[in-house]
Amino acid sequence: MAWLQSVDLVSLASATLIAATPLVLAALGGVMSERSGVVNIALEGIMLTSAFVGFAIAYVAHNLALGMLASILSGMLIAALHAVLSIEFLVDQIVSGMVINILAVGITGVFYQSLLQQGVKGPGTLPIWKIPVLGSIPVIGPIFFQNGMVTYLMLVLVIVVHLVLFNTVWGLRTRACGEHPLAAETAGVNVKIVRYVNVVASGALGGLGGAYFSIQQVGQFLPNMTGGRGFIALAAMIFGKWTPLGAFGASLLFAGSDALGARLQYLGVRVPIQFLGMLPYVLTIVVVAGAMGRAIAPAAVGRPYRKS
Amino acid sequence: MNGTLARSLSGRFLLPLFSVLLGLVAGAVAILLVGANPLDAYTALFQGAFTNRNGFTETLVATIPYVFLGLSVLIGFRAGLFNIGGQGQLLLGGIFSAFIGYRVAGLPAVLHVPLALLAGMLGGFLWGAIPGILKARTGAHEVITTIMLNYIAAGLLDFLVNRGPMSDPHRAIPQTPAILHSASLPIIVPGSRLHLGLFLAILAVPVIWFLLERTTIGFRIRVVGLNAEAARASGMSVAGTMVTVMGISGAVAGLAGAVEVLGVSGVLTPSLASGLAFDAIAVALLAGGNPIAILPSALLFGALRSGSSFMQLQTQVSTDLISVVQAAVIVFVAAPMLVRFIFRLRAGRAAPVSITKGGLGQTPPEEGVA
Repeated sequence: MAWLQSVDLVSLASATLIAATPLVLAALGGVMSERSGVVNIALEGIMLTSAFVGFAIAYVAHNLALGMLASILSGMLIAALHAVLSIEFLVDQIVSGMVINILAVGITGVFYQSLLQQGVKGPGTLPIWKIPVLGSIPVIGPIFFQNGMVTYLMLVLVIVVHLVLFNTVWGLRTRACGEHPLAAETAGVNVKIVRYVNVVASGALGGLGGAYFSIQQVGQFLPNMTGGRGFIALAAMIFGKWTPLGAFGASLLFAGSDALGARLQYLGVRVPIQFLGMLPYVLTIVVVAGAMGRAIAPAAVGRPYRKS
Repeated sequence: MNGTLARSLSGRFLLPLFSVLLGLVAGAVAILLVGANPLDAYTALFQGAFTNRNGFTETLVATIPYVFLGLSVLIGFRAGLFNIGGQGQLLLGGIFSAFIGYRVAGLPAVLHVPLALLAGMLGGFLWGAIPGILKARTGAHEVITTIMLNYIAAGLLDFLVNRGPMSDPHRAIPQTPAILHSASLPIIVPGSRLHLGLFLAILAVPVIWFLLERTTIGFRIRVVGLNAEAARASGMSVAGTMVTVMGISGAVAGLAGAVEVLGVSGVLTPSLASGLAFDAIAVALLAGGNPIAILPSALLFGALRSGSSFMQLQTQVSTDLISVVQAAVIVFVAAPMLVRFIFRLRAGRAAPVSITKGGLGQTPPEEGVA
């Protein structure tokens, strides 16, 4: 294990937390949506679209914060499309999600081409905020308290989503709609509204995840820059058994294996990098196949609900 | 609008037709938004796909993989399974057929070509059977496992050809040695890239139709898709059928990969046929579960793909426009209610398209398929 000593563990942990940011946000979105009974495989497309919109607004307004806000709003808008299609028009939720993923590639590609024509330069990236006092704590400081805004928000949102789901009336209603919508409706819950709100909220989370790419990390929009992270986030959601804390842990594991892989490669360790890159996907299959305890989705997820 | 139209709209031809028209309208809106002229763009698209020199043969070249991949998705739909893993199965098909194509020397073409094609089918079959087995044995949702297997296949391909066991030692770029002449699919129109795969694609349609409509396996697939409970009660092996369906679906997708390697690229690279399998979801949905309808549906998307390059060249509208059209087409095909809503038609009894059941995790034990 000689290589372990030459890997700077603090910088590895910091890189892991940063790389996990969009995974966690999209996975939290998945948790919100699926707990209310709506499968959301559109998160990949939501992140891609909002990465683009955030970049475009930040560029036009010369304001990164405004760009971030635009990312969140556009995420909500795209998610609302998913909600209308799947809740109102009863489109198969997986099909609706794929539609949004395909649409996202198309829309962002078409607009990117025209921006490229105009020779648009990036508006820069969100600054790293070192939080006073906390940021100076050894080990913990550099990992948790010297980050960009999106990463801070992500850490806060893990706790917020956990509290909302498990400690509020809204959370109880959400889970009821995901497990047994008929019972929820009988108890006076408006299943449709609960599902709408949760899907749109998942869009806000995915939208913030999109801002991570174009506003916090790269400062530029690039075609397909989300690179399938939305799908890995779904895997993290399942791995975390549809809980916010579980999804957070799973995202850290996935991002950590990536970060470690890159460093090992750099150090010349003779493990093909492709196999390390496969790790999240293989782990996910193992988890979905129930090898680490049963991975069972909320009972009513994926089924449209119609009042009879 | 009157009742007659409403009735025929739920029929076979009008709904797909309306969906394609609305899809093109959606594309036109996107073109307008980036400040180009939709009429110019679509004119260039049409010219690129049909009237330019080699335009039509290029459209047919683009149509070939869509036929196989569309059939692959459609086979899954029949059993109520959403195979999003076409890309991975295609890559495995490409890997297997390329290996036979460059490694096995000294065979005559009449043996070498079929052998390489069969190898591609085997690769796709194996990669498709994995999610089938997982679904049958553990209830793992095929949408998640197939998406994951796509990424694993891409990693595997990259490992093999990027300075790996299958890479060409004499070249710096990641690719296999060239496919031997005896394994290449012959060009059928001199001066073009149109290859023998066209006949294979046309042949595959009646074969799959026959398999699904006229054989015991096809019957079992349909019963499992319509009502797994009834299938089980009547003594059918639901688990076995799921593995078979996913395997066959994968084999057809693998054939797409084999045909692309042996007919078009002549070499295997990490970027083999990227994105084609996602397009195939639109191909299959537009065909509405009918194998014969895969042909016109694949031709439409093949024309869009081949024409889009000329459109980008002429009008600077990105080739990604076809994804916008595709997404819109899928929406309208999958939501007959939405088309009726737009055209203010009376509500009919056509049920919404429902393919998948349950969440992305495991199917709970009481509903399991073992």
